[in-house]
Amino acid sequence: MLEPNQLARFEQTVLPHLDAAYNLARWLTRNDQDAQDVVQEAYLRALKFFGGFHGGESRAWLLTIVRNTCFTWLRRNRGHELTIDLEEEIQSLESPAPNPETVLLQSADEQRLKQALEELSAEFREVVILRELEGLSYKEIAEIAGVPIGTVMSRLARARKRLQQSLTAPLHQEVDLELS
Amino acid sequence: MSCHETQDLIHGYLDGELDLVRNLAIEQHLQSCQACAQAYRNQQALRSAIRTGSLYFKAPANLQKRVRSATRKASKAETRPQVWSWRWLSVGTSLAVLAIITWSLVPFLTGPSADDRLAQEVISAHVRSLMVNHLVDVSSSDQHTVKPWFNGKLDFSPPVKDLTDYGFPLVGGRLDYLNNRPVAALVYRRQQHFINLFIQPSSQGSEVDQKTVARQGYHLFHWTKAGMIYWVVSDLNESELQQFAKLVQNQASPATAR
Repeated sequence: MLEPNQLARFEQTVLPHLDAAYNLARWLTRNDQDAQDVVQEAYLRALKFFGGFHGGESRAWLLTIVRNTCFTWLRRNRGHELTIDLEEEIQSLESPAPNPETVLLQSADEQRLKQALEELSAEFREVVILRELEGLSYKEIAEIAGVPIGTVMSRLARARKRLQQSLTAPLHQEVDLELS
Repeated sequence: MSCHETQDLIHGYLDGELDLVRNLAIEQHLQSCQACAQAYRNQQALRSAIRTGSLYFKAPANLQKRVRSATRKASKAETRPQVWSWRWLSVGTSLAVLAIITWSLVPFLTGPSADDRLAQEVISAHVRSLMVNHLVDVSSSDQHTVKPWFNGKLDFSPPVKDLTDYGFPLVGGRLDYLNNRPVAALVYRRQQHFINLFIQPSSQGSEVDQKTVARQGYHLFHWTKAGMIYWVVSDLNESELQQFAKLVQNQASPATAR
């Protein structure tokens, strides 16, 4: 049961994180309207569970709820996108010889980066967003995504590798074209 | 530290998540290995591209208003019983009436009983299910579609019966939380009224006969049978909802725990 002063406390502690909530939802749903719906539903859930929130990092607490609401939504509406490769998950980071090529990110415009991020699977995308755009620690991300810290690190490593690949891939194609 | 190990740990290094010893080891390796140093610079370049780009989606201006009004509305739905009680209080004229009402307020003043709280939770869950466009996770009038949907989502298998023949078509099912536990929510319809039927294993073994609660214009029935607690809630009138509850009690084969 919610008392009026508890609603005020909810609005003070949780509402300021609306940008973080929307940013995560927007990246996971990849659509403005869906993100807004998910955020509203997440806030209603947050309100319901607010009695169980005893201080601490309110942003991470809210993002956990947003994240779960997003994945429920994704399962319902875009089930096919949640096909994280098991092999991908357990594979250790191979490539013993580091890739020496320069990423040439200077030429990688924002649109390409955005597209590359959107092409990642949702599980990979969320760790990048939480790490790079929210600046959260592995431990916080692990709690939000409900996975071990080691998985956070390996997902981040994989995600970054994928991003580099897709940012450099078109350059390779251009080279191939020139050769043929 | 070898190149292989460095590649394994380079992300932890980049993110400042390594302990001091490994941090130093990586630093040393990067100074002596051009290839790894280049790989590290690539990662740094990628990071700064992500961070400096305008990739952060700020919430649209209207969203805050929308979220605020939705949460206020929801919290009002949860607090209404107290408001009602005080309204009644102002109406009281005779001492006798006042005494009775004061007595009826006691549960609110001393904090709601577990049953009261649960009843409130059931109503809130019902209201929420209608409000946020999240009535059902699996939409089907086929009991053989809805029942298997709960497999793997709950540690019990709720009895699901389509009651279309009796004028209560099954709309679908949903996963919800009640009493800090996952609960199966089955949604039925009677004309334009939706009925939520919540089913959850009971912690007590004993069977409890049907109890009725009316609150905020909603009717609730709850009972315990064969180790399961059932909650029925709707804004449907009491007699029709009673009919529905009876149908569920008679139709449902016992739920099976897994």
